[in-house]
Amino acid sequence: MKNTSLPQLYEDMRRVRTFEERVGELFVRGQSAGSMLHLSIGEESAAVGVCAQMRDGDTFTTHHRGHGIFLARGADPNRMMAEIAGKETGYCHGKGGSMHIADMGLGHLGANAIVGGGIPAVVGAGLSARHKKNGAVSIAFFGDGATGQGILYESMNMAALWELPVVFVCINNQYGMGTRIDQATANPNLHERAAAFGLAARTVDGLDVEEVADAAADLIEGARAGKPAFLAVDCYRFFGHARKDKSPYRDAAEEEVGRKKDPVLQARDKLIEAGLMSEADLDALDQKVAAEMDASIDFAVAGEEPQLKSMFRDVYDPSQPEPEPVRTRLDRILAQG
Amino acid sequence: MAVQETTYRDALRLALSEAMSADNSVIIMGEEVGRYGGAYGVTKDLIKEFGAERVIDTPISEAAIVGAAVGAAMTGLRPVAELMYVDFIGMTMDQLANQAAKIRYMFGGQIGVPMVLRTQGGTGRSAGAQHSQSLEGYVMHTPGLRLAMPATVEDAYHLLRQSLQQPDPVVFIEHKGLYTMKGTLDPNNEPAEWGKAKLLRDGGDLVIVTYSRQVHHALAAAETLASQGIEAAIVDLRTLNPLDFDTIGPLVERSGRAMVVSEGAMTCGVAAELSARITEECFDYLEDPVVRVAGEDIPISVSPLLEQNSVPTPELIVETARKLFT
Repeated sequence: MKNTSLPQLYEDMRRVRTFEERVGELFVRGQSAGSMLHLSIGEESAAVGVCAQMRDGDTFTTHHRGHGIFLARGADPNRMMAEIAGKETGYCHGKGGSMHIADMGLGHLGANAIVGGGIPAVVGAGLSARHKKNGAVSIAFFGDGATGQGILYESMNMAALWELPVVFVCINNQYGMGTRIDQATANPNLHERAAAFGLAARTVDGLDVEEVADAAADLIEGARAGKPAFLAVDCYRFFGHARKDKSPYRDAAEEEVGRKKDPVLQARDKLIEAGLMSEADLDALDQKVAAEMDASIDFAVAGEEPQLKSMFRDVYDPSQPEPEPVRTRLDRILAQG
Repeated sequence: MAVQETTYRDALRLALSEAMSADNSVIIMGEEVGRYGGAYGVTKDLIKEFGAERVIDTPISEAAIVGAAVGAAMTGLRPVAELMYVDFIGMTMDQLANQAAKIRYMFGGQIGVPMVLRTQGGTGRSAGAQHSQSLEGYVMHTPGLRLAMPATVEDAYHLLRQSLQQPDPVVFIEHKGLYTMKGTLDPNNEPAEWGKAKLLRDGGDLVIVTYSRQVHHALAAAETLASQGIEAAIVDLRTLNPLDFDTIGPLVERSGRAMVVSEGAMTCGVAAELSARITEECFDYLEDPVVRVAGEDIPISVSPLLEQNSVPTPELIVETARKLFT
């Protein structure tokens, strides 16, 4: 079993927070592959609280804001950062990047850049688990924006109908890009929608990682026993939609209040209050994490670029011929007569 | 399997049944595939043989059917998802084109999506504009998706068995006008290789490249043309991805004339691609422009008269071929 003690949850959240901060730095340094980088700062409790309850063999998909989930599930920050930098040394050899990262070893069936696009895959993974009777659960992580997509409802209905070992985790950071939840949905009590499909459905406050972890434990174990579930985690997206977004659509006062809802600091205070860790212990831990994440930037920057010829690889299985490059075809055609 | 006289539909069912018997990881999922037996009867009684956990009746949720098949394929099953009509492919396009087709590539080759999406298309049943289309062009335009379109009873069986051996996602488009077509399945006949076109009739004057039901229109046209002194070779592509140009090229070079026949709408369709390929690759050998005999750039009507004339007919193929020789 994973260690779900508060010190461990804090460390995992700190790792996510610091990793995301370093992703921001990578972008500022011009070392990231593009600016399509969506940080999960402020949402750490959802990733860490849920992943703490997952087991080996469980699978999951994430949305485009999924760095924290993958890291919380055990990803290597070096290979993640290298992928975000578009390097050969990344998880997907630079082909996926921030929004299409995956690792079959950890059961990560893929991050997704289509809102809601990764959700139905967990229904299929649930069918596989049922077929193989291997006890695995599959979890779809997505944002509140995905509650506007029909595929979510198709998938929830199937999971409930077939009693699959599936959990839907909605990380409600209040914003789909620049549109606040109350501007996009008439009923913001998202779990009510899931309950209407017959799922075990709850909303928890993402301020408290232990609360998230406890709810996740219940719902995941229920799903393993054939009662699929939905968990909404309320939090606040501290920064803009992507790296270049300065959030002009929301006012400073709102952001100030929103950023007070900080699950990392809340856990820190709780640890000190409970006498579980001293401020000095926590500072030392934070420094250790900072060093680890600094190293991930060094690893990413030092990584080699993919070779140009790799662009034709992996369109199809390696046993199949690669697609013919346009240049080769043109040369052959123009060599006639 | 014994030598048997059967139909396109029953050959498909036999392929599914045998694949499911041979491999416990093969499952079928789709609308009406179980208790109803498939809208065109292809999966009839398979639920009795293999149970409701392997022949799964789904809600009317095409996107999630394909999406769930993607997830099942990634976690060790070999799903055969059924899309009742290819016309519904728009509902599934994200799962098909953004997910199934790209997962191997985006994830750096870590995993493939070995699923088959069975569907059917084409005209012939007065089914109207939303149930009669030939949308293979959408699929062929998406790298990462294999595309098989059987024209014969033998291929209904063999191409489906072969599709279920592919490491990559295969869209398998049947033709609704062929389900009751009879033919012989002979296990002693070595099946044609996956990805290879088949020369169904030889002829030195003209090459007609086609697939699916138009193979039969082309064969009928070739008989008429032969009686008028024009010998046409007929190539059945069988799969559009992979596309076997190695079979087409030398035949075109030999006769210097090529016609492409497809039910899909002409503009930006499969016929357009084939015509461009032949023109580029065989330019020095061509006596005439490569001609496309394709579907009209219009929706399909319910009226049988309008429907029949919206897509290539044997008469149009004959008429067009004759013009090449006048």
